[in-house]
Amino acid sequence: MRVLMFGWEFPPHISGGLGTACYGLTKGIAHIPDLDVIFVVPKAFGDEDQSTMQLVGANKVPIKHRKLNVSQFSKTLDYIEVSSKLVPYVDPDEFWKLQSYEVSTMHKFVQTDESGLVQFTGTYGPNLLKEIADYAIIANLIAQDHEFDIIHAHDWLTYPAGIAAKEATGKPLVVHVHATDFDRSGGSVNPTVYEIEKRGMEAADKVITVSNLTRNIVIEKYGIPEDKVVTVYNAVEPNHNEIPVPFQKKVGEKIVTFLGRITMQKGPEYFIEVANAVLKRVDNVRFVMAGSGDMMEKMIRRAASLNITDKFHFTGFLKGDDVFHMLRMSDLYVMPSVSEPFGISPLEAMQSSVPVLISNQSGVAEILTYAIKTNFWDIEAMADAIHGIVSYPALSKMFIKHGKEEVDSLKWENSARKVKLVYDSVLP
Amino acid sequence: MRNICFYFQVHQPFRFRRYRFFDIGQDHYYYDDYTNESVLDKVKTKCYLPTNELLLKLLKKYKGKFKIAFSISGVALDQFRLYAPEVIESFKELVDTGDVELLAETYSHSLVALKDEKEFKRQVKQHAQTVKELFGYKPKVFRNTELIYSDEIGQMVKTLGYEGMLTEGAKHILGWKSPNFLYCNAIDPKLKVLLKNFVLSDDIAFRFGNKGWCEWPLTTQKYVDWLAQLDKKEEIINLFMDYETFGEHQWKETGIFEFLEDLPEKVIKHKKLQFVTPSEAIEKLQPVSSVHVPHPISWADEERDLTAWLGNEMQKEAFDKLYSLLPKINQCEDEKLLKDWQYLQVSDHFYYMSTKFFSDGEVHAYFNPYETPYEAFINYMNVLSDFTLRLNAAIPESNIEQELANLSRIIEKKDKKIKQLEKQLKSTTNKI
Repeated sequence: MRVLMFGWEFPPHISGGLGTACYGLTKGIAHIPDLDVIFVVPKAFGDEDQSTMQLVGANKVPIKHRKLNVSQFSKTLDYIEVSSKLVPYVDPDEFWKLQSYEVSTMHKFVQTDESGLVQFTGTYGPNLLKEIADYAIIANLIAQDHEFDIIHAHDWLTYPAGIAAKEATGKPLVVHVHATDFDRSGGSVNPTVYEIEKRGMEAADKVITVSNLTRNIVIEKYGIPEDKVVTVYNAVEPNHNEIPVPFQKKVGEKIVTFLGRITMQKGPEYFIEVANAVLKRVDNVRFVMAGSGDMMEKMIRRAASLNITDKFHFTGFLKGDDVFHMLRMSDLYVMPSVSEPFGISPLEAMQSSVPVLISNQSGVAEILTYAIKTNFWDIEAMADAIHGIVSYPALSKMFIKHGKEEVDSLKWENSARKVKLVYDSVLP
Repeated sequence: MRNICFYFQVHQPFRFRRYRFFDIGQDHYYYDDYTNESVLDKVKTKCYLPTNELLLKLLKKYKGKFKIAFSISGVALDQFRLYAPEVIESFKELVDTGDVELLAETYSHSLVALKDEKEFKRQVKQHAQTVKELFGYKPKVFRNTELIYSDEIGQMVKTLGYEGMLTEGAKHILGWKSPNFLYCNAIDPKLKVLLKNFVLSDDIAFRFGNKGWCEWPLTTQKYVDWLAQLDKKEEIINLFMDYETFGEHQWKETGIFEFLEDLPEKVIKHKKLQFVTPSEAIEKLQPVSSVHVPHPISWADEERDLTAWLGNEMQKEAFDKLYSLLPKINQCEDEKLLKDWQYLQVSDHFYYMSTKFFSDGEVHAYFNPYETPYEAFINYMNVLSDFTLRLNAAIPESNIEQELANLSRIIEKKDKKIKQLEKQLKSTTNKI
């Protein structure tokens, strides 16, 4: 069985959870015999070698087709890169800003997106929608040029591409919902994005969601019939390289960490309120907010006005190893997300032997037992849990001991098997 | 003649309220009165009162032939006194028939037997005293919390003057042996040991209402046949279960009350069966052998061990922290602190922290006020932290202060003595 997959970049150029999930799933699929993937990614070509590329379509869009030999893969992967400025986690407003930013700094907006220092202008940019449409046209062409049995599209930006491929070939379409605009926007949904998402889900033969939380949103908010929506949980890549702690922290002092984009979706303001509640009563603890995002300034001002900045620290955006260093230093990882379709990062924390506190409003809460779960708005409960972890050593001892085992049992291979079942169910 | 020995456990813990760390040092009230009262009220209406009424009817009807035993924890008695005194009255009526035996246990329904002999003995004595005050009854046979037993615990119980003890007929200690005989303690053979027949007990306690069970529906005739069918030589069948089996674990609708109502007649009419109480069994029967239990056993889960209470790191830490307070508790005379101390030890608190439910849920989830074991642990430790602060304040740390406290206590005692003697002196001089 061959799958035409519209996904997102592979490491090392990874932009957040979506790329990680696509990569993991593809890797998992590689373990399944008789299942091959043609992997199509949007990629803005920069300074790299373009000699292997071919130009496709009316717009003469450059396409790079290569056989990718990814490490730890048992087989090579058909990897098609399409010159497109699509990046995950943007809405039309943001994209417009990205575009204008790109003009001044030459092809660097993938990082810009992750750093999140993008400001909303309120101006509506049509460019993103044009990119999506262009991408769909190329998808149509690629679909005609290749042999495959099924189409798999990851998140809303590629849904139109998936639909186009389906129209070109009549092959069944599976769309994979990693997030909906309800999660990203905190309720104030962008109607254009909603429309694209809804059309994709409706055109699909099956919809895969990353958690039951997301499944419910898809059923309730997008009106997709229940039996068409299947939950397949994400997993996590085994973490082989153990990085030693770079420096010893002050003896007896505990570090509680928030690590992620500082956006409304991630609930950073709850983390600050919790920190404030804990710091009033507990001495030997420090809070760190690592990452960046559109709410960062507001958060800094809030922390300052609460007078806790002596014990509450901002690191800004962390790259590469710094993320692991930060995790290894932490005694507790907190993810107070308001709406998190899945949330791979707590799993990475658990891999690094860090106990986690996650909100019930995250998909990952559905599969973890060795984690503390509270509601994101319940400051008291969260504060109490943090105090518990910091003050009663048995708790973190236990999480460290069993958490790693639990995470190690979550394998992409198993997720891939479930995806395979979904494929089987839509094939004639 | 084969003996049938029924024993029912009656226990309700005082559940803690949601006690946040903000409350530590600020608020010293730990209990969730609403939950405690409403759970008790529910169980009272569904189980205690109707079952007591039925049993009273049966005991009167089959005077001298139908016999049962109860163990009621001190904590449960406290709750009855507080929320439902009529339950105590109805138990009194049962005891007054003369065919009901009351067993001894630890007042706090605690796991202290695993930790400290002195405190264990104190709690057993306290329970016995309360039973005596309320029911005018002196227990002769002992049952430990959750039927926890080991050779050493048995020996400890014997030194308190009890002649028999109840525990689980766990497969791994019995091996090829049958639980349906009387056994004795391996260290002190004078202590008789009654072993629960868990198959026949659980047929009633767990499986009775289960429609997926191949033996469903369980009729009294079928059950009595099972009791009679066993090997001729087997002398006693110990049917030990939670009293809440009737009407609460097994709802009224399962027909459990009809079963209970009909069973005595079927047993009494059977030529080879008769009811006994635990103390009668110990008197009548000869122990066939000693039973070796080097590591403690209990009546819980498949493993019949302690892992439901002391299985994970959280439980062990909470348990150790709790009993690390003992030296100070021994000096403490503050009634409020001692009351909280009793309720802190209740085994249920540790049960709520169990992570075993990840695999076998339902029994552990029963009446559990917490959503996760972590919440249970954090809440308990918060309460314990506050309790520790209060205890430290009441029992000063430094030697000089301690000595002062000791001395003033001695002075107090001597003062009392002097007053007593003065009184005596006065009365004798008056007489003269």
